[in-house]
Amino acid sequence: MTSKTHFDVIVLGGGLAGLTAAITAAETGATVCLLEIAPRALRGGNTRHTRNLRPMHASGAFPMEGAYDFDEYLDDLLRVTAGDTNHALAELTIRESNHALTWLQEHGVAFQRPLSGTLHLGRTNAFFLGGGKALVNSLYRFAVQLGVHTIYEATDIALNISGDRFVDLTYQQINNTHRISGKSLVTAAGGFEANLDWLEEAWGPAAKNFLVRGTPYNKGDILRQLLDAGFKQIGDAAQCHAVAIDGRAPAYDGGIVSRVDSVPLGIVVNNEGKRFYDEGQDFWPKRYAIWGRLIAAQTDQIGYAITDAKAEGLFMPTVLPPLKSTTIDDLAKQINIPADSLQKTIGEFNAATVSGSFDHQALDECHTEGLPINKSHWARQIDTPPYSAYPLRPGITFTYLGVAVDDRARVQVEHGNPSENIFAAGEMMAGNILGRGYLAGIGMTIGNVFGRIAGREAARHAN
Amino acid sequence: MPTNQTTAEAIRVMTICNACRYCEGHCAVFPAMERQTVFTQNNIDFLSNLCHQCGACYQHCQYADPHEFGINVPAVFEQARRESYTQFLWPTFMQPAVLHGGKFMATTLLLAISLFFLAIVGLSGMSKIFAPQVNFYNLMPHSVMAGAFSLSAVMVVVSWWMTLRRYWHSISLPSPGSIRMSTYRVALASALTLKNLDGGHGEGCYESGESPSLWKRRHHHLVLIGFVLCFFATLLGTFYHYSLNVPAPYGWLTLPKILGVTGGIMLLVGCAGLFWIKQTADQRLVSHDNGYGSSLTALLFLTSLTGLGLPIAKGTGALGFLLAVHLGCVLALFLNFAWGKFIHGFFRFIALLADEHQKTKKN
Repeated sequence: MTSKTHFDVIVLGGGLAGLTAAITAAETGATVCLLEIAPRALRGGNTRHTRNLRPMHASGAFPMEGAYDFDEYLDDLLRVTAGDTNHALAELTIRESNHALTWLQEHGVAFQRPLSGTLHLGRTNAFFLGGGKALVNSLYRFAVQLGVHTIYEATDIALNISGDRFVDLTYQQINNTHRISGKSLVTAAGGFEANLDWLEEAWGPAAKNFLVRGTPYNKGDILRQLLDAGFKQIGDAAQCHAVAIDGRAPAYDGGIVSRVDSVPLGIVVNNEGKRFYDEGQDFWPKRYAIWGRLIAAQTDQIGYAITDAKAEGLFMPTVLPPLKSTTIDDLAKQINIPADSLQKTIGEFNAATVSGSFDHQALDECHTEGLPINKSHWARQIDTPPYSAYPLRPGITFTYLGVAVDDRARVQVEHGNPSENIFAAGEMMAGNILGRGYLAGIGMTIGNVFGRIAGREAARHAN
Repeated sequence: MPTNQTTAEAIRVMTICNACRYCEGHCAVFPAMERQTVFTQNNIDFLSNLCHQCGACYQHCQYADPHEFGINVPAVFEQARRESYTQFLWPTFMQPAVLHGGKFMATTLLLAISLFFLAIVGLSGMSKIFAPQVNFYNLMPHSVMAGAFSLSAVMVVVSWWMTLRRYWHSISLPSPGSIRMSTYRVALASALTLKNLDGGHGEGCYESGESPSLWKRRHHHLVLIGFVLCFFATLLGTFYHYSLNVPAPYGWLTLPKILGVTGGIMLLVGCAGLFWIKQTADQRLVSHDNGYGSSLTALLFLTSLTGLGLPIAKGTGALGFLLAVHLGCVLALFLNFAWGKFIHGFFRFIALLADEHQKTKKN
């Protein structure tokens, strides 16, 4: 390790956004230091768990399966955010996303045709060969070749901000405190989804039952310091992207394999044995993101996805097998909910199903009629043992609260000009563009686009 | 139900991989995994032999150590592969040759060299073996050599047949005749080009770490091509001897010699390369195999080295001793063909065939 303590650009966070910023700055000739809080083996923040990004593109050239133009992209973004977006930044992101693929390929990232089980994403999204960790490895390799000074396990980072200017910072590494200074600071340290105390401030005690799908290192320390220093907040803490995942998944870092895709093929009940939402409203990839919130609203933040033998083999395999039984009563006992209530729910549901032809790959005609909460598609009677139950918990993926930035990625002061040497990229500022809702691959897109902008502007300021 | 710890671990790993699928683009293993509805001993025997140990899935795994899932496909599959070689090996009393590959090689090599040394002494007398010699048939007649190795070859082929048919059936391949010609063609092409060592992006494998490299593939090509050249050199020599009545030794510019020398040099370089790659491999990817894997590399290297030494030693007193060592190496190599790492090629080809067969059956 060198004893160098002054850099042109300091980057906080070594996920896609931070790596992109560090590489971009280093390529202009700037001296760059990247601080990653995780140990080397767990580096890369939530990028490690990702697998694709969503670039605007004109043709179906590899790895894309068709064109995805500016207008369609913007429409999609406006639809999912219900307009909760900074239009100028949204348009900038989409325009710049056109270069994301090339940029990544030029920096050693390989792509592949869409993964199986990724419904409808082949045209819009580009999949990383080997997933997010492969991308992370490639970019670190590139960064090191460019001479980016990379420090792992840099914890307890304390920013010294004077007015709206970054001066220097201290960090801990293996019980030693180090101080480094930089002309520019790029903050790309992710959201606060792994900070259950912060989540509890917004969600109340329910937050204790959330599972964190991604890295345990996204505690939001840097975000908090920027907000405390008077930079402008965007979004609110109660907004987070939460999906329904297997309740038995690890508390952190469960990632993609914690998914349970059986919901549309059966019913979901709470721990009183009652249904609470239309399980067949739309295809699961379009609906799983609302189910985290739905489960979070139930007592003890738990739900149970119940299917019968007819559903077996129709959804992605799970890591843990479901709880199974040949009778509803016994299944209810296994998941500890009142058997009579579950019997009643299933009985009423079965009686309400309308016969039709079942097709789990289309919005089919199987639905229920006459229930207080009907199921719109894929509603077949739950009558063929063995019956299966997956416990579901809210699995939090990312948070929306962040710092406001301008089109040069400079963080904004609450009432005034942007900071001249503090920049933000990635999840810390994604809320500027994605104020709510979700669009698959948009997080990685913002990470790369604003990583490039922040890296370029930080280096420019340093020179 | 899994019959042992390795299979149980392989099934645990595959269950997690099958829910993730991020590695789908790297090699044939993961698409094949997705076709299985349940993981059993039989399809672990299939999938583990389909794995070419490129390491890409490990270096790119979000669930590798220190994650609590501790996923390491290459390591568990290497172990599972070796267990499949053991399990199907014929005759079963030769299983220690897999379990203690290094000792098996050392013992057979020592015995074989001694055997040939004593045979030469017995056939030609002690005085002749250290006397300058030009023609090694003066030390050991061609008929004795040909006889000994023909007998060994028969033994090798019989044990291949018995071992491989058991493996063939266990992974649910239909009778060889009912498989399409095109399936054989594609599987053979994958085997010969080592398609599955290209990482899915053509940049190679990750055995040594996070950067892809094509060197393992290249060195393996050198070994395979070198081996084939040496094999043809031997066949051609036999043809010269019996049909053309031209006995060895052959001049430097004759076809058997050109093939043999070229093949021998390729084997030396290739084996040294593979050995080097193994030494510098990411230790998390390799499991201890008691010298099983290295014994094949070592025997091919020693056989080539001593074989190339023979014409150089011509006319010196070293020829007799060198001949005994070389023939000993060849005999030990024959034993490795039957019961050592050499059979990995056949297992892998059969797995590639099963993979291609499943794919075509599905369409």
